[in-house]
Amino acid sequence: MLLGPSLALSAILFSLGVAGVLLRRNAIVLFMCIELMLNAVNLSFVALAQLHGASGYVMVFFVMTVAAAEAAVGLAIIIGIFRHKQSVDLGNINLLRG
Amino acid sequence: MTEVVFYIFAAAAVLSATLCILQKSPMASALWLVSTMFSLAAIYVLLNAQFIAAIQVLVYAGAIMVLFLFVIMLLNLGHAESDFRGTSSVAATLVIAGLLAIELLALIHYTPRRLANEFSQWPTFTDPATTFVAGQVTQQEGAAHGVVMAVAAPLFQVYLIPFEITSILLLAAIVGAVVLAKRNV
Repeated sequence: MLLGPSLALSAILFSLGVAGVLLRRNAIVLFMCIELMLNAVNLSFVALAQLHGASGYVMVFFVMTVAAAEAAVGLAIIIGIFRHKQSVDLGNINLLRG
Repeated sequence: MTEVVFYIFAAAAVLSATLCILQKSPMASALWLVSTMFSLAAIYVLLNAQFIAAIQVLVYAGAIMVLFLFVIMLLNLGHAESDFRGTSSVAATLVIAGLLAIELLALIHYTPRRLANEFSQWPTFTDPATTFVAGQVTQQEGAAHGVVMAVAAPLFQVYLIPFEITSILLLAAIVGAVVLAKRNV
């Protein structure tokens, strides 16, 4: 069944994603870390779907859809920022700092 | 045997994810993330979710990561210049992510039997087979009609309205991406 190990792997991957978001300043790498966290959550959905039935698989479907939409819009925003600033470094993006 | 294969792919996934967040070059990060996603697809197969494994490879490793690689190449970001935060941020990251990992790693003790006990809120032993009927129904349906139907039937019956709303979300994403990526914004 491998329920506990799957949930533990999901926990490790999610923590690595959080660490990546906190550690990096490159906006694209940050987005990839968010994808990593979404993947970790998908893994726990799939692991628990062994017990709770196909609802877990359907949820994974929706997470993937949201991830695709988020990646499309987010990368378009990054391209827009790059046109203005010639950089994707989050340290340079401080328009909202006031 | 299944356990051994699971741990091999789990180690591969953790290693690739670690390298993904530690690589200087965004291109190398993206390729390590693809490796993580392939390992996760293999783990999905071991967890009896073959269809999810297939769309993991198609949608994540295929479509989304190609989008990332396109943007990295379009913006010419392939050069390795360090974008890591300073020492204090690294310490804060280690504390926050470490605490989160310790907190979440308690889940490793979960077995179907313990989950069944908590789920039914009954002090005595509960058989997971009687508490979690839905999972077995899905397995049997997958064996009888194929794994795709086991996912498709609830998607188009119980979750039909969320599924249709998803199309509006995708339309909004398409329009948003086109508007944002236009020249004169």
